[in-house]
Amino acid sequence: MSSTYTKKQVADLVKGDLDFETVHLMLSMPKDEDRYKFYMETINENLDYDHQAIGALGPHLNYVIRSDDEEIVVMCDCGHDFGQYRSNWKLNAVIYVRDNVEKMEQIYPAIMAPDTSWQVYREYYCPSCGIQHCVEAPTPWYPVMHDLQPDFATFYEWMGQPAPAKI
Amino acid sequence: MTILENPLGNKPGTLLKNGMTLNDHRNAVLARTEETGYYDGRKELTFKDTDPIGFERIFSKVRAGVVNSREVAKKIAASPIVEQEGELCFTLYNVTGDCVVTSTGIIIHVGTMGAAIKYMIQNDWESNPGINEGDMFTNNDCQTGNVHPCDIATIVPIFHDGVMVAWVGGVTHVIDTGAVGPGSMSNGQIQRFGDGLQITCRKTGAKDTPFRDYLHESQRNVRTTKYWILDEKTRIAGCHMIRDMVLEVIEDEGAEAFDEFMYEVVEDGRRGLIMRIRAMCMPGTVKTVAFVDVPYTHEDVHVPSTFAKMDSIMHAPCEITVKPTGEWRLDFEGCSRWGWHTYNTNPVAFTSGIWVMMTQSLIPTERVNDGCRYATEFRLPKGTWTNPDDRRTAHADAWHFLVSSWSSLWRGISRTYFARGYLEEVNSGNSNPCNWLQGGGVNQDGEVHAVNSFETAACGTGACAVKDGLNHAAAIWNPEGDMGDIEIWELAEPLLYMGRRIKTNTGGYGKYRGGLGYETLRMVWNSADWTMFFMGNGYMNSDWGLMGGYPSATGYRFEAHNTGLQERIAEGKSLPLGQDRDPRECEYEKHLGPDATVKRDKQCITTEDMYANGDLYLNYLRGGPGFGDPLDRRILDIQEDLNQNFLLAEFAEKVYGAVFTTDDEGVYTVDADKTAARQAEMRKERLARAVPVKEWMETERTKIIDKDASLAVQQMYASSFYLSPKFTAEFKEFWDLPADWELPEEELGTPMYGARHTMEIGDLPDVSPVIMTEE
Repeated sequence: MSSTYTKKQVADLVKGDLDFETVHLMLSMPKDEDRYKFYMETINENLDYDHQAIGALGPHLNYVIRSDDEEIVVMCDCGHDFGQYRSNWKLNAVIYVRDNVEKMEQIYPAIMAPDTSWQVYREYYCPSCGIQHCVEAPTPWYPVMHDLQPDFATFYEWMGQPAPAKI
Repeated sequence: MTILENPLGNKPGTLLKNGMTLNDHRNAVLARTEETGYYDGRKELTFKDTDPIGFERIFSKVRAGVVNSREVAKKIAASPIVEQEGELCFTLYNVTGDCVVTSTGIIIHVGTMGAAIKYMIQNDWESNPGINEGDMFTNNDCQTGNVHPCDIATIVPIFHDGVMVAWVGGVTHVIDTGAVGPGSMSNGQIQRFGDGLQITCRKTGAKDTPFRDYLHESQRNVRTTKYWILDEKTRIAGCHMIRDMVLEVIEDEGAEAFDEFMYEVVEDGRRGLIMRIRAMCMPGTVKTVAFVDVPYTHEDVHVPSTFAKMDSIMHAPCEITVKPTGEWRLDFEGCSRWGWHTYNTNPVAFTSGIWVMMTQSLIPTERVNDGCRYATEFRLPKGTWTNPDDRRTAHADAWHFLVSSWSSLWRGISRTYFARGYLEEVNSGNSNPCNWLQGGGVNQDGEVHAVNSFETAACGTGACAVKDGLNHAAAIWNPEGDMGDIEIWELAEPLLYMGRRIKTNTGGYGKYRGGLGYETLRMVWNSADWTMFFMGNGYMNSDWGLMGGYPSATGYRFEAHNTGLQERIAEGKSLPLGQDRDPRECEYEKHLGPDATVKRDKQCITTEDMYANGDLYLNYLRGGPGFGDPLDRRILDIQEDLNQNFLLAEFAEKVYGAVFTTDDEGVYTVDADKTAARQAEMRKERLARAVPVKEWMETERTKIIDKDASLAVQQMYASSFYLSPKFTAEFKEFWDLPADWELPEEELGTPMYGARHTMEIGDLPDVSPVIMTEE
């Protein structure tokens, strides 16, 4: 059993415009099998570049098939290429670390922010457009987290679709 | 799944129709499961497939029965924790101790009561003390799977025509278990021996009547006796209602159909989880991590032993693998060691608790049962805080670590939903549901008393990928969170409410912000010899924010003594009412007497301290983490946050780039064009202050080589390095550290009592612990 939604409803979901009654249905009913198709169509229609998105890491960050060589890479909406998808895109970002009281006070009243001798905030920005793609909040010294490593081969098998050439 | 040999050999059983002992029968079920990959070898769901209506009819009856019993039974309780907050749960098990169906409520106990049943089975309770119709057993032992001692479980075997057909368990969270510190989740003690009364699957009743010796003994060992007894009656009544319901179902549907159902439904639950994972998740691997602070060197933390007097950090890395089979694996390699505090947990509490989360996303149906566990591989390394290798550990506030570590699991699994478009399921994480206001003494009725305010049941929730988190709404451990009525809390506690307001600026910023927490200011009133303490996160945040969103605000504490408030009330002077809106402004202090002593700092864990009538205590309940870049937040949402007092104007400017005006009434209007221009500038400012990650890594690497970090941070790493060569190797590889670089705990000078010499519960004679995870 599955549910059915229109592409417009999925597009509205992505924009944050979908009425709550439908969002609630999406939460409470079995999942819709066309979601991935509509989701990718929506993302691709909203992008200004020619590469094809096949998965999402964030509101402005996607896995895309690069049009010139069919490599799967991580790409910002602005077109900034973070490199091959099996690598950690964060290593090719720029970073700002909130590691003292003054930097923390820019985002929370001092007493409501962490003590930076225990914990720091690491903000990862796109080097081209300055979008904040990620905030990490680890102890000092912590390795950069490689959050998601998708298994596209299995995913396409689950979806019953042919996989991209360079997975 | 670990299958243990029956240490007692093959003996004929007397309880089951098949003549096997409970333990032999359970081992046979486990063996068939392991051999076939299907629960109890049930590759075909014969009953469900041939009579689906009959199958569903039984499911509906037993599910409705356990839910109904919970709703009725909780009215027996006087404790607001049970009656107001719904901190109870009833679960039906098959004879092997695997959960079939559970009620609503604190469903972490699906697993904990099941572990207690399995312990009784594995340790031959069948022959001694015997399992008979009308018996009742009580368990709250944390070394037998319980979360913390205050969750008391009553377990009743169900017989039909002289044959055992099921177990039913009921659990309530009691207010006090007689630990060193008063309250159900106290923290003054550091070992099991101070953690309160612990009952190990003890037979506490027969012929449907609790034993008088147990009732007398247990009451003497706790502070809140009337609540204790009424909770006991709540659990017994609920179990007996469910037993009656089961017998009715058997009469209506037939014993054979019921017996088939009790196994097939577990396999059905296993398949259900796999189906949902395949429908919702991106297969692959997710790495995530969480931390929380244990600041014990502070002067307001009094512990009985010097070896506990140290600052430490809970470290909980997790690798989630969504496998091609649709099953999943959660591996907690690299966790830090257990410690001398009450925040340790055990594997069952850890794994069972995950279903509380998953019922809110992966399996939001009535079908959550032990089948989900059979579709999940858990790895909890021995010696870590998730799986202590010492029988002395304390667990009273295991939730301090559990809720903190689980927040990262939300983020992890949400990434797999987001990748393929199920945005509505994305959750940036859970708040750290604290502060826990606890204490005790002599209350307004002149009785020895203890309190644990469950206002924590309504903290802010994490932001979703399509909407803000909910304000003052829920807690991770109870999907039906409720802050409770002020009037009821004032009956239960000698603490008057001076105000209860939303807590400004506590939701993590983002395109969608985290839900806000709230705060209540309590004045001690009409008590004698009263004490209280704080319990929560302060120096650290346990949530992170997701995909560009920020973590929520951290906690802080406010307490005031010698306030002069009784004189100010008599004189009609102003009082500290309502909100500590911006803690830097110290608003409360403006309404106190000249001799008041105030503590306003980040020390959010303290131990029992004395409070006089008129003293103040701020109970600040935390907000949830945010989602997405804050510069993407809609203008009207920022404006609404300002006008609803959800956000301090200073941070609307600094974080969201909002440019606004206020009118004479104080109403904010955000200028969309000017804000967009300012946000464009802020993106440029980000780039101006940032450095390439690889460049930053060079400076961080130097700090590591120089061992430039606080002692608490270094101790955390040293503890994880000792327990996990894999984590050590990955750490050194990532930072490209010299081969001979090391950080042994011995060089730090911090106490290492218990670090190298331990004794497990399984080392006791005649004790066979239940092991259900990879270690």
